[in-house]
Amino acid sequence: MSVNLSVFLVIFGCALVTFLPRVLPFILVRNYKMPAALSKWLSFIPVCIFTALIVNSFLVKEGNTVNVDWTVVAAIIPALLAAIYKKNLSLTVIVGIISMAVVRFFA
Amino acid sequence: MNEFIEKKPGENEATGTFIGGIKDAVPTMIGYISIGIAAGVVGAASNLSVLEVGLLSLMVYAGAAQFIICALLAAGSPPYAIIFTTFIVNLRLFLLNMALAPSFSRYTLFRNIRLGALVTDETFGVASGKLLAKEQISDRWMSGLNIAAYISWVLACMAGAAFEKWIANPQVLGLDFALTAMFVALLVLQIQNGQTGKLKLYLTLVIMVVLSMFVLCAFFPSYIAIILSTVVVATFGVLMDR
Repeated sequence: MSVNLSVFLVIFGCALVTFLPRVLPFILVRNYKMPAALSKWLSFIPVCIFTALIVNSFLVKEGNTVNVDWTVVAAIIPALLAAIYKKNLSLTVIVGIISMAVVRFFA
Repeated sequence: MNEFIEKKPGENEATGTFIGGIKDAVPTMIGYISIGIAAGVVGAASNLSVLEVGLLSLMVYAGAAQFIICALLAAGSPPYAIIFTTFIVNLRLFLLNMALAPSFSRYTLFRNIRLGALVTDETFGVASGKLLAKEQISDRWMSGLNIAAYISWVLACMAGAAFEKWIANPQVLGLDFALTAMFVALLVLQIQNGQTGKLKLYLTLVIMVVLSMFVLCAFFPSYIAIILSTVVVATFGVLMDR
């Protein structure tokens, strides 16, 4: 149980550059009336970012070619159906974990 | 509770109280415990002590970035390269919080900083899902959501690091898929609760992001592809939504 000084400094630096983008919007947005176009743009950010994060989970990069990890895609389908029809976050997460385990068992 | 008592906005049980926030954090916590253990195992395997893994998750508190930091530390990368990479990876949080911050501008600056410091992809998703469903969210609810997620992440990371030698490959159980499943649920929530009549637009944006990720991932590291795809496609969204 020890903390190396240079490791600590790296962690501290990383903490700082993570804290700033997290907190700055909460400081900037006060006393600032957002233009309609900007708030519309921001309203599309969640859909885009979540899609990008999902796609990122099934893309595998080998050299300069991008391949699809079909086991992940196969596990996404039951999770997607659970999300659409049950509208329940916890249930979707559990269905996803079980689907991935089942897919890996047979793959 | 007397249903005739007039409630102030944001004062209802579900989205007004700290406990309500903790309850809404449950799916996030399932994901964080699964991935946190994996992140702790990776940290210990990168020669970090349990305490260092604890500090990393306590101070940085960002899943994807932590995996990258561990990999770069293990590879002996220079500190400035690790810190700069972390900055780029986490820039995405700026976009998310720009969308979330206006809902909390009625609170004090200090409280805003405290709330903003603990927002993640997942807690953002849960909160913006509530906002899209036209529910008022309060600072106490957001704190409950944030802190429950934060504690489960830090403890899971430390447990993963402490029990590294006894934990079999976490991939076998499918636990590493927890956050992807969570993103799927959050995406569906966004689309279902979004403005009516915009389904076609949202699905167009989804397809555009998928295509742009395939193209951009060939040229850039994935965390840059994520930010670029998001920024470009959201701009198309504004142009198409007339």
